[in-house]
Amino acid sequence: MAAYRCLRCARLLLVFISSWYVVASSEETTQGHDRVSVADNPQTAADTAKQPLEERRWEATQVDKAVPGDAAAAAHKQDFPVPDSVLTPTPQLNDEFKEELVIRPLHSGDIYASFQFRTVWETDFTRGSKVSHYRLFPKSLGQVISKFSVQELHISFTQGYWRTMQWGQPYHPSPPGAELWVWFQDTVTDVDATWKELTNVLSGIFCASLNFIDSTNTVQPSASFKPLGIANGTDHRFLRYATLPREIVCTENLTPWKKLLPCGSKAGLAVLLKSEKLFHSSFHSQAVHIRPVCQDQQCKTMSLELRQTLNVVFDLHTSGQGKREWSLFKMFSRTLTEACPLAASSKIYIDITDNPQEEQFELSPATPLLSQAVVLGDRRTFSVYDLTQQVTFGTVRSLNVLIRWKSTEGDMLRPLLHAERYVAGYGLQTGEIHTLMYNNHPFRSFPVLLLDSVPWYLRLYIHTLTVTSKGKENKPSYIHYEPSKDRVRPHLLEMLVQLPPHSVTEITVQFERALLKWTEYTPDPNHGFYVGSSVISALVPSTVAMNTNITEEQPLFSTFFPCKEESSYFVRVYTEPLLVNLPTPDFSMPYNVICLTCTVVAVGYGSLYNLLTRSFQIEEPNPGLAKRIANIIRKMRGVPPL
Amino acid sequence: MKLLTLLSLFVTYLVTDCINIENTAGHFFSSGHTNNWAVLVCTSRFWFNYRHVANSLSVYRSVKRLGIPDSHIVLMLADDMACNHRNPKPATVFSHKNMELNVYGDDVEVDYRGYEVTVENFLRVLTGRLPPSTPRSKRLLSDDRSNILIYLTGHGGNGFLKFQDSEEISNVELADAFEQMWQKRRYNELLFIIDTCQGASMYERFYSPNIMALASSQVGEDSLS
Repeated sequence: MAAYRCLRCARLLLVFISSWYVVASSEETTQGHDRVSVADNPQTAADTAKQPLEERRWEATQVDKAVPGDAAAAAHKQDFPVPDSVLTPTPQLNDEFKEELVIRPLHSGDIYASFQFRTVWETDFTRGSKVSHYRLFPKSLGQVISKFSVQELHISFTQGYWRTMQWGQPYHPSPPGAELWVWFQDTVTDVDATWKELTNVLSGIFCASLNFIDSTNTVQPSASFKPLGIANGTDHRFLRYATLPREIVCTENLTPWKKLLPCGSKAGLAVLLKSEKLFHSSFHSQAVHIRPVCQDQQCKTMSLELRQTLNVVFDLHTSGQGKREWSLFKMFSRTLTEACPLAASSKIYIDITDNPQEEQFELSPATPLLSQAVVLGDRRTFSVYDLTQQVTFGTVRSLNVLIRWKSTEGDMLRPLLHAERYVAGYGLQTGEIHTLMYNNHPFRSFPVLLLDSVPWYLRLYIHTLTVTSKGKENKPSYIHYEPSKDRVRPHLLEMLVQLPPHSVTEITVQFERALLKWTEYTPDPNHGFYVGSSVISALVPSTVAMNTNITEEQPLFSTFFPCKEESSYFVRVYTEPLLVNLPTPDFSMPYNVICLTCTVVAVGYGSLYNLLTRSFQIEEPNPGLAKRIANIIRKMRGVPPL
Repeated sequence: MKLLTLLSLFVTYLVTDCINIENTAGHFFSSGHTNNWAVLVCTSRFWFNYRHVANSLSVYRSVKRLGIPDSHIVLMLADDMACNHRNPKPATVFSHKNMELNVYGDDVEVDYRGYEVTVENFLRVLTGRLPPSTPRSKRLLSDDRSNILIYLTGHGGNGFLKFQDSEEISNVELADAFEQMWQKRRYNELLFIIDTCQGASMYERFYSPNIMALASSQVGEDSLS
């Protein structure tokens, strides 16, 4: 090492000497060097000054077709005209991205915010043509769809339970935990194997333990969950539905969900999605919906639609302040500064239907834009903030919508359909599941489709199934029941029940709890086992005529469920999941048994062995000290010892 | 005259430099690895084991800050503390009582969570014997030029580590797993850090080369981790 250091010093010395000689002999060249280094610095300074400005003015790379996104970017084009000749021409992609946020103040003082991000892409995965260029549509999902021949995919992660009676109907219903339902294309030969692979791939994409979905919690509903997009046939052999009620949703699921958005979480409405505020709420649900849609009435071209939705209900009291006031900053700890440059439209809708003369709450900043939409069977009025217009952000260049409550009067529209479910009975052997469905319409009755998927370890006695409305028996017009098979598949019960007006319908079924094998218990079996939510799908009669024209420009939240007729709208209600205790063995018993048995064997065998082989010998006791000295003296004298 | 001395100096400089180049090149490439991986495992369940999840997340943050990307980290957390209903600050996990640094953060990818963290899955990740449909983020795709950090934390005893309060992994099993990795050329160097009670017992049985092991406690000692 020392020699190495010496060598280094010698080398440095040589370098120094030679450079001194070079300096001494040629003076013009050094002056030239200085000039070059000075000239470099202002150039780099100018570059760094230009970089941040250029990054902010990102524009679409479309060269030929005037995509609506260009209209938004055109406003920013004044200072930096992008030379088209420099950009390489991209192939025609025809995709469009829209984002919106709907805020609905609730009567209890809480606030409901629903984000929706929609990408529509004119492409057809069914014809097997290879797609390799992705622009706004995320590549990970595109590859999943083409590899597994998926026609429709709906996945949702929810924390909390939606309280229909206090909050009304949600724009995008979802059950607690994770829910995944997929329609495969009819070219798939082995649907079960494809389903298994698809769940594994999705568990990697969303960082969720979806690989626990297997045949014991997957069902094939025959009547519920019809495709939400366009479909040629509805053979239910290509449909799979599974829920994981125990699945938690946290930042690790939100992070990959945000990465699927075209602008990520850097621009537009997605900057509001901060996990510390979103998960400190009463209800949080994020979902991804992929389905094929028609672009126009004749349906000549198919497009693939991706909707990413996020619904959250913030609680008034957990935020700490007593004042009944909500703002974007209070909800999300962020304000908005710009729309996503890739978005064709970026809007915020505030539901002001209950506030026509500003007597309930006050909205600021004021906005001239108003919009009316028929959603969930009711005509609602919304104040609209258009983020693609610079004037929305005002002089402070940021938007913080503030809702200040003035009075607490007024009642809300009672939801027409509502459901509850609970377990009755005592002990660990038998029990009873009660499902209650409320029809709050004063004079109209309508049919509902109930889907129940119960795991195999709750053995249902279907002969005890009773359906009663208003005290009288109500016979369902359609029942589809698939019995369970231990450790293979769960129970599936689907019924079409007519709910009489202004009534409660009660469905009860008795069950018996099974004793699992000791390896099948979870590490925390005393927590209990979950039974997934029941799903109730219905076409509820609407008070206002629904809009069935798909080509008309409508806000995203009103076009989630397709509307085929004007007099009713589609509603899906999820009940609570159930938590049942199964007879659980004492897992410390094997250790206790081993200890006890070994002790018994050791004591018994040991005693027997001793009895058989122990022999007794006579031994002289040890004499005391005085006697020993006396014996020594006697030995010396030659006299026999004591 | 000047030119001659300059030329002679330059020639001697070149000669000494050539001898040097080989030495410096050797130093630069002596570590022998081309990529880094990390397998961070928290094996405890329930709220009172919050600190184990915080430990794993702290190591995760350090490892990420120092340059290993998420695609090269396999993070296994046996329970969810951040969005647990008992957490007064949801979506946060702190490793110190002053609650200054949120180690959970806003950009985290947990590859194995909840009931997926089992001895079988851990050994399968190490040895690479996973079912074919396992996604890439759940695989340890290391080669013979990978340096791997393996960090285990939880409750342990003399010769074993407890997984999720229901099963254990013994030091013999772990040593055999590392030997399998060595024979299949799945690592160049291994840094094994264990943060449990009596953690030193877990590396007593290692018999594969190129492993450096650290433990937070000796045999017979309690580690309050």
